Amino acid sequence: MEPLIVIAVLAVVVWVVSAPLRAARTGRGEDRVAVQRDALLAAKEAKYREIRELALDHATGKLSEEDFRVQDRERRAEAIEILRRLDELGGDEGAAPGA
Amino acid sequence: MDSATIGRACLILAFGVALYGLAAAVYAGRTQNREWAASARRAVYAMFGLATAAFVILEAAFLRSDFHFVTVTSHSSTTTPTFYKAAATWSSQEGSLLLWLFLLSLWSSVVLYLTRNRMRDVTPYATAVLCVFGAFFAGLLVFAASPFAVVATAPTEGSGLSPLLRHPGMMIHPPMLYSGYTLFTIPFAVAVAALLKRRVDAEWITATRRFALAAWFFLGIGVVLGARWSYTELGWGGYWAWDPVENASLLPWLTGTAFLHSLMIQERRGMLKVWNASLILATGTLAIMGTFLVRSGILDSIHAFGASTLGTPFVIFIGVLIAGSIGLVVSRRESLKSENRLDSLLSRESVFIANNLVLVGLAFVTFWGTFFPLISEAVTGTKSAVGPPWFDRYTVPLALALVLLSGIGPVIAWRRATAVNARRNFTVPVALTAAFGVGLALATNATDRPWAFGMFLCSAFVVVTVVQEFARGVRARRAMSADSVPVALVQLVRRNRRRYGGYTAHVGFAVLLAGVAASSAFQHAKDVELVPGQKASINGYTVDYQRATGRVVTAAGRLERIEFGAVLKVSKDRKAVATLRPNRGYYPVNAPFAPIASAFDGEATSEVGMKAGVTKDIWTAVQPDLATLRPYIDQQDKVLVAAVRQAGAVDPGRFGQVRAAVFDEVVRQYVNNPPPATFRMIVSPMVMWIWLGAIITFGGGLVAMWPAPDGVRQRARGRYAARVARELGRA
Repeated sequence: MEPLIVIAVLAVVVWVVSAPLRAARTGRGEDRVAVQRDALLAAKEAKYREIRELALDHATGKLSEEDFRVQDRERRAEAIEILRRLDELGGDEGAAPGA
Repeated sequence: MDSATIGRACLILAFGVALYGLAAAVYAGRTQNREWAASARRAVYAMFGLATAAFVILEAAFLRSDFHFVTVTSHSSTTTPTFYKAAATWSSQEGSLLLWLFLLSLWSSVVLYLTRNRMRDVTPYATAVLCVFGAFFAGLLVFAASPFAVVATAPTEGSGLSPLLRHPGMMIHPPMLYSGYTLFTIPFAVAVAALLKRRVDAEWITATRRFALAAWFFLGIGVVLGARWSYTELGWGGYWAWDPVENASLLPWLTGTAFLHSLMIQERRGMLKVWNASLILATGTLAIMGTFLVRSGILDSIHAFGASTLGTPFVIFIGVLIAGSIGLVVSRRESLKSENRLDSLLSRESVFIANNLVLVGLAFVTFWGTFFPLISEAVTGTKSAVGPPWFDRYTVPLALALVLLSGIGPVIAWRRATAVNARRNFTVPVALTAAFGVGLALATNATDRPWAFGMFLCSAFVVVTVVQEFARGVRARRAMSADSVPVALVQLVRRNRRRYGGYTAHVGFAVLLAGVAASSAFQHAKDVELVPGQKASINGYTVDYQRATGRVVTAAGRLERIEFGAVLKVSKDRKAVATLRPNRGYYPVNAPFAPIASAFDGEATSEVGMKAGVTKDIWTAVQPDLATLRPYIDQQDKVLVAAVRQAGAVDPGRFGQVRAAVFDEVVRQYVNNPPPATFRMIVSPMVMWIWLGAIITFGGGLVAMWPAPDGVRQRARGRYAARVARELGRA
């Protein structure tokens, strides 16, 4: 009985692990674009978080009006650049945000 | 035995699938082939399925007391309560390694699933590193420490779970520690992969931050549960003994805490890349070292149940991790150059760097003190250890600096703090802390212990700065939304979980260390020998030993332990304060003809009698003097041995009945004619603050790692500048 169970478990493992290879599609070019887009999306999220935190720092008195204006302008310019590059790659459609 | 065969097969398959996953992931990383990357990821899922099956099989064997399994015989018995049978699985070396593999594959699967569409060039290499960890532990379980070793004829009884491990903490403390250890391998793996691919921007940090936080959370809870266990079970009255195995769990937590702070500098400023990579690689390696210390027995520890022969493979594996990590960081030093420089020493970046240096300093002191016996043996040939006073000498000032920095950090600005900002942010906290200090000095004797007094001041400073931050945040929120204060507070935290979760953790940590400072500096402890009717006094309390207690505890119809205890009435100024019932448990050896005396010569457990309160704990443990019972016990042993010799063969069941009757008589004699008992009595202030502080700390950690609301990740559309504003406004 045990050999049958072990063979069944082995078959399930092989079936699960090999599924992507059995349904193989060549997506190497697409992956390169996806990798760049993922990186830009992550950079966009990080930049947005930075801008929000800057605004909160300003609102809670940790930044002077002048410092805030300068730093906020810099970060928004960086965010614009990220969005521009994202649009060059076809925008951020179709990319899952992940964790 | 059938299930053992299947369990062994599962582990062999898990080992094979980990090796396959490693090869497939490396191939996918080199060719950037999506299908092979998916196949490698599925290999990790399969490893999880196989490890789960093996773990369930072993757990079931423990629950049904299947003594065909060698590990069940040596770590459980029919008299072990069911709750502890379930936990006994990871008391054994084999079981704990299987728990490691199970948790590693669980967390790896969760993380690889969640990040399947992120960092697609990096994740194959991270998968490969996780498969290396999986293959190492599966390999140990297959080739060196199989949990599925069986014997053809099962013994009728097992040795039982070590009495010291019969504590509710056994169910949750090791899984929490191991969850922390295994989760720290995730950022380790991603860091290795990012370095291999030279993708050393902030993305790998962003992708792994939550998992590093989860590791910090679980490991921290595990450490605190261990401290609580020590306080309530071990009978010495402390919660931290600087034991090597305790220290081993603290080390990755300290470096992990440093990483969680310094990663913010890389995210915001592109700085500290070498530091962050080194820190998380060290943390991952220390997590493996923690497991090694528990299981190897190379250092003398109260966790000595871990002695094993697995030292060599662990040392080789740790050596490979260290050499590989150093090689990787050195070879990528050009890519790891900082994008920015420090603008000012008065900035949040500087405070974070100082905080990192203190945390790494604490880790270094802990590491040096822990491994000093091995270092001294290597240098002088003599193994000598350092004790708690040595640790305290260095860790107390460092802890003080850490708490102070955790108060300064939240209120100082990024990049550059101006004098005006500093005045605005520090005036109220400094003034209130000073007022608190004056009040404390006048109302108590806190200044008698300068280090502890300093810790109270620093902790108060942290609480005030964080309250001020919450108040200002709520005010800013209300200025925008006109919400009520509670709604504004909830919205503020909800939209800035990371920041306010972190601040909450700072408060919790300050409360915890205030509890440590108070309970260690102002503790009153006393060892006294009493007979019923006698009294002792400690710190204004009168402790009246009223009567002795004793009982024989059975489980599943068999003798589990003999308990001798005491009823103590505690009063102050003639007013009753508490009735405490400490006791000590003795566990008979689970062998057919074990002598009666062996029950009192082996391991014993202490159940402390305690009245815990917010201001102080009254804690007692009892150590009965059994010398007066010895003659009777020895005489009965002689009678039993003679009976066995005379009869040639005695029915073990009959022997057990006679033995049980003797134990009943021993208990009766102890209760009716109690000998003197030694009591350890402790009055410790603010111990509860340690546990409350831990709850606040990890509550804050939970808030910080909770996933952001969906709105934060909503997709962007439209033209650039307006789009940035709109997307920011939407979140």
